[in-house]
Amino acid sequence: MMIFLQILFGILGGFFGGLGMGGGTILIPILTIFLGFDQQLSQGINLLSFLVMAIISICIHLHNNLIETKGVFWIIIGGLISAVGGSFLATVLPSYILRKCFGAFLCVLSVFEFLKATKKEKKSVSTKKN
Amino acid sequence: MIMKKSFFNKHKKFQKTLLLVSLGGVIGFLNGFFGGGGGMVCVPALERVLKLDNKHAHATAIAVIFPLSVVSCAIYIFKGAIESLPLLTVGLGVLLGGIIGSIALKIMPGKVIRIVFAFVMLAGGVRLLI
Repeated sequence: MMIFLQILFGILGGFFGGLGMGGGTILIPILTIFLGFDQQLSQGINLLSFLVMAIISICIHLHNNLIETKGVFWIIIGGLISAVGGSFLATVLPSYILRKCFGAFLCVLSVFEFLKATKKEKKSVSTKKN
Repeated sequence: MIMKKSFFNKHKKFQKTLLLVSLGGVIGFLNGFFGGGGGMVCVPALERVLKLDNKHAHATAIAVIFPLSVVSCAIYIFKGAIESLPLLTVGLGVLLGGIIGSIALKIMPGKVIRIVFAFVMLAGGVRLLI
């Protein structure tokens, strides 16, 4: 039963990821809330499954010439350094604190998502006029 | 005159590089600390700073976050945060869901899904905070 639920929730998270809406923001809370996973375990699983999905999508996007390389190098340099700090901090913190931090992060993101969704509606109306 | 201009250009270029590195810093930290969600910041950043259109920004964001996630994963694994059995089952689900999601992307209407998505995120966030 547990295994069945794990696969099912994985499908749900992956589905939103495939839609390009950030699968982790769905998968991580589901795993922590409904399956009682440690926050660190949920996050680690999301990171690893992202890697597999990313390899596939990068290949497809490269094929379609959608990946821009200009300026990206510097973003990656900055990101690599802070990724070490961020991940280390996450694995050292007690699970319930990381869980609360993640909850707050989700709330902030949901507001941005909501704004973006409603803004896009306006944009599509204005393009119709043109 | 020419020297002054080239100095000005260099200064501007340096500023932009600094901006890119610090943007990467924010993305890498968030992605490592929360085990995902880097794309939520990376996509709008690429759209605004590097002036990419939505499609290119999405594709490029995956390529940017990939190396950061490799580093983060290594740390999560090294610190023993990931268990192998749930990783396999959830990971299998994510892979299946990801394939279904990318196919559904062509069929489903965006706006309504986005608003629903924002509410689900908010609910998850609040539940984790409590």
